[in-house]
Amino acid sequence: MATGNGTTAITLRGLRKSFGDVPAVDGVELDVAEGEFFSLLGPSGSGKTTVLRLIAGFETPTSGTVTLAGEDVTRRAPFERDVTTVFQDYALFPHMTVEQNIAYGLKVRGASRREQAERARAALASVRLEGFGARRPSRLSGGQRQRVALARALVVRPRVLLLDEPLGALDLKLREQMQTELKELQRDAGITFVLVTHDQAEALALSDRVAVLNAGRVEQVGTPGELYESPASAFVASFVGTSNTLTGRAAELIVGKPGTFGVRPEKIRVLDADGEHDRADHSAVHGTVADAVYLGDSTRVVVDTDAGVRFVVVRQNLDTTAADALALPGSRVLLHWHRRHNVPLSQAT
Amino acid sequence: MTKAAGMLHRSPRLRLALLLAAPLTWLVVAYLGSLAVLFLSGLWTTDPFTSDIVRSWTLDNFRALVTTEVYRRVALRSIGVALAVTALCVVIAFPIAFYTARVARPRWRPLLVVALLTPLWASYLVKAYAWRVMLARGGLLDWLLTPFGLDGPGYGLTATILVLTYLWLPYMILPIHAGLERVPDSLLDASADLGARTARTLRTVLLPLVLPSVAAGSVFTFSLSLGDYIAVQIVGGKTQLIGNLVYSNITLDLPLAAALGTVPVVVIVLYLLAVRRTGALSSL
Repeated sequence: MATGNGTTAITLRGLRKSFGDVPAVDGVELDVAEGEFFSLLGPSGSGKTTVLRLIAGFETPTSGTVTLAGEDVTRRAPFERDVTTVFQDYALFPHMTVEQNIAYGLKVRGASRREQAERARAALASVRLEGFGARRPSRLSGGQRQRVALARALVVRPRVLLLDEPLGALDLKLREQMQTELKELQRDAGITFVLVTHDQAEALALSDRVAVLNAGRVEQVGTPGELYESPASAFVASFVGTSNTLTGRAAELIVGKPGTFGVRPEKIRVLDADGEHDRADHSAVHGTVADAVYLGDSTRVVVDTDAGVRFVVVRQNLDTTAADALALPGSRVLLHWHRRHNVPLSQAT
Repeated sequence: MTKAAGMLHRSPRLRLALLLAAPLTWLVVAYLGSLAVLFLSGLWTTDPFTSDIVRSWTLDNFRALVTTEVYRRVALRSIGVALAVTALCVVIAFPIAFYTARVARPRWRPLLVVALLTPLWASYLVKAYAWRVMLARGGLLDWLLTPFGLDGPGYGLTATILVLTYLWLPYMILPIHAGLERVPDSLLDASADLGARTARTLRTVLLPLVLPSVAAGSVFTFSLSLGDYIAVQIVGGKTQLIGNLVYSNITLDLPLAAALGTVPVVVIVLYLLAVRRTGALSSL
């Protein structure tokens, strides 16, 4: 609980949800701290959006409980929960102006006309859309709609804000800009954010903690650093960043003991086949370069090792150039890395 | 052959002309042409002794429409019936369409829509006479209502509205169904999420979004009711509407019948203009 102030905002216990006989969420246990930026990360079909919808109250769980700030809300309707959502398609009301959209939650709560107008205007300013209040959502760009959706959800000052892949529809530049804004908004508002995403880079960049979901279950919960540096399973290792997985005979040959191990591509050095290297505390394997892709700041080298496993290595272009990358394929190399980068993985999936 | 195809490809105007020539001819000659003839024949008059048409221009028929008390009452009554039928159709169609478009399992929805359309497979006359039998003194409706101390409506204005509502209901359900189906679930979720109870979401989000569909359906029910002359003859008793007034005059005084016939046309044009302001025509 990196920045949480100690109390729990959301508690999920034994949460299950099946559609027909297909389990979408299969026994999820989670604790999200007050004020935390928490992400649910997983591939499509992992159940992350269903978990979000269960927290918001759009779905009722097959079994298990949802607790918000100590109160069991499992059987409560969405309008009885102190939670708001930013939807993937933004879900702005097309027949209302931007200002009416933002004021909707206040109006429903019976705020005075004046308070509605004042707070809506302040919310518009907080997402830097002053002067857009009279427009219809259809006359806004994707990024602007995204901000209106954020302002509409935040203006009612919920205890928890849920975000369902909110940046998925934006182009790369805008996405990076919105990531920064999201983080700032969360810091300023001090509200618990729960973000659903399939983009591991986004989850790592924004979150205090991340839960990795796979097939309706939580594979691992941890800080971005924990997930990346000590993934608990082969799934987490390959989903969060990329990883070379060693198992069976290859593990025994290279690591020197049986089991399953992951090695991150950027931890590995590419040396000449007969190069000098430190044998103590290091793992090493010979191989032939199958392919080398020049990426500007780095070169991705694919090596078929003599242990029978294909390795991917990312080499920073500190002194090497595009010409060096072109010359690599077909040559014999030695891959070399410190033993501590051999991360033992449980073979759960 | 290839040469012709190439020419067509290069000339979009020729393509359009070939595509639309036949339907446009039909539309202009048969459709707008007959409307023009209707209006023009309203300007003729008849010989009072032989009932033969006299092709001299006069505004007498249209003047009679405005000045004669009976015609004014019949016109207003017809508009009232059309409005009542439309209102009843909206009230009945909305819950049905809500069920078929949003509540029923998605698998069953197309089947339900087909089921709603089945009354359209039977002949109009068969259905109208079926109602005549049900509405008869001592008929099904009387029999059903007697235990509650009530009588059936019998033949008359109420019966006409009832039967017209039954006849045109599918034309109201279909557009509302389509409109409700188009509303994304996320909008309703968002409304609840922001604290609105179900009734509120219905009123402030769902209804405004399907209003154009309701207006589109009302164009059907309103104009079909206004133009009808058969149902009122079968179950209307002595009720006079524009439709059967035209029908009863057509052999005796064709120019007057034509003048009467322009009344629903004008009313419907006015109605369409009013509906257009809701933006419903773009969703038809």
